[in-house]
Amino acid sequence: MNVTGFMQLYVFILAAFVGYQIITRVPPLLHTPLMSATNAISAISLVGSLVAAGSDRGTVSTVLGFVAVTAATINMVGGFVITDRMLKMFRREVTPVRETPKIAPNAAEAVKAATPKVAEDAKASGAP
Amino acid sequence: MRETFTQVTYLVASVLFILGLRSLTKPDTARQGMHYAAIGMFLAIVGTLVQHEIVRYDWIIGGLILGTIIGIPLGTQVPMTAMPQRIAISHMFGALAATLVGIAEYWLHGAELGTAKMAAVGFEVLFGALTITGSFMAFGKLQEIITGRAVTYKGQNTVNITLFGITVLMFIYLIVHPENAIVFYSMIALALMIGVFMVLPIGGADMPVVISLLNSYAGLASAATGFAIGNNVLIIAGALDGASGFILSIVMSKAMNRSFQNVIFGAFGAAPTVSTKTASGLSVRSISAEDAAIQLAYAKLVIIVPGYGMAVAQAQHQVRELAELIEKKGGEVKYAIHPVAGRMPGHMNVLLAEANVPYDRLYDMEEINGEFERADVALVIGANDVVNPAARNDTSSPIYGMPILNADKAQNVIVLKRSMNPGFAGIENELFYNDKTSLLFGDAKASLSKLVAEMKTV
Repeated sequence: MNVTGFMQLYVFILAAFVGYQIITRVPPLLHTPLMSATNAISAISLVGSLVAAGSDRGTVSTVLGFVAVTAATINMVGGFVITDRMLKMFRREVTPVRETPKIAPNAAEAVKAATPKVAEDAKASGAP
Repeated sequence: MRETFTQVTYLVASVLFILGLRSLTKPDTARQGMHYAAIGMFLAIVGTLVQHEIVRYDWIIGGLILGTIIGIPLGTQVPMTAMPQRIAISHMFGALAATLVGIAEYWLHGAELGTAKMAAVGFEVLFGALTITGSFMAFGKLQEIITGRAVTYKGQNTVNITLFGITVLMFIYLIVHPENAIVFYSMIALALMIGVFMVLPIGGADMPVVISLLNSYAGLASAATGFAIGNNVLIIAGALDGASGFILSIVMSKAMNRSFQNVIFGAFGAAPTVSTKTASGLSVRSISAEDAAIQLAYAKLVIIVPGYGMAVAQAQHQVRELAELIEKKGGEVKYAIHPVAGRMPGHMNVLLAEANVPYDRLYDMEEINGEFERADVALVIGANDVVNPAARNDTSSPIYGMPILNADKAQNVIVLKRSMNPGFAGIENELFYNDKTSLLFGDAKASLSKLVAEMKTV
């Protein structure tokens, strides 16, 4: 194996290590979006497909490349869209609407009463 | 100059991918992080398209347009309950792209590939091909196009191991003799068969492990593509994907009480032995919706344990409605999520998030298990094995050792159940016969609607 091959192995091993470190810290809450996200990201194989489809090295390469570009694009577009759709659904608890009428009879006071709670939530979310 | 630009876009893309995945460690940052990852992807594509190598764009544009037309509905239309099969089919597309690029490489260079490149291409098509058919089988089972039951026959393991052995031998032969095209294409054909045979003996309930494992394989195929065409961003993305799938399959197999060896060798479809313990002589206590509603209305802390039955009945919206009513009465509601609740890792969280349950109410098993003792009511909806105390205290039970939610530690347990049929593993659940357990029979959605109606009158 030549030097380039070894450099590639270094890249692979380091990336796998980084991946391991990051992904063990992803909470089970987000495991489904994680899966669709890695799916979307691995659609980067599109890069290889583009070269096969566009380098004009014979019909076989072009056609195989075309199918590969299509398959990878499906994953890229579908993957990022569905990940975003899922992540959009994950929301923190907003100030409970049910308590506001009891605490404050009018809307202005309700907002005032609700504000510290929101601030607390925001602080809590910032903390590790 | 162009080459430098291309490499810079790849470098930036790699960093953005890693940052994107890192953002998934917190729900608040996740969405933005994935937007960055998408930008990285866009840059890498632009960087590739300006390369000297690319001389014609007709097929590229065609593929990009066709892929987008198919990809958008796959992103926007698929319901959250169908997420497992959606992910399975996307593993197939990813592996298909990797495999075809590998075949194109071999077609063009064949014997000139040399040992190292041949090893990379071989690895790429091997993992790619078995992921294509394996994922398609998983998709078929989850979509119920083919039977979701485990298909087993005598000597199955021998056949599979032999097939795998032959394929590996072919792979080794190719590294030494890359010029032998017949062996190359036969190896792909065998790998395609392995994918089918690997998933055939796996039942629907074991799908979380399979999907995670195929995720890992698809990632490894992508990384191998990177080695084959000398592209670092592919190697990095593939390694990240591979690591993710690998970790998720370990998490899933632990939560399902299966050893990791079982997962690696794909022999995890073996039918579980049915426990000899029967329920004869034990009786269950059923409860009316009215009484259940009263219990819930006066509870200070209610822990809801949702299972796949809830998702099948599409009852997550009723669950949320019920939770809101309990909160209105002054009670606190928490959700206990077992790692294998649903049909893929984290599936239940997504289903509940879709029903507008705030994610800070969703608790992992480790977080919530200590709180059951404090709970006035544990409300089990369509879950069975994940709350079976036999996993803790019955050494003869097939699920012994599986981590479970301690619903039996709650003051009272209300179980919503269709009938007294045992769960998918065919194991009796002693929780149902516990003195403090009462059962509310009926379809989960109908029962929840009744509970909601009763709660409103309490």
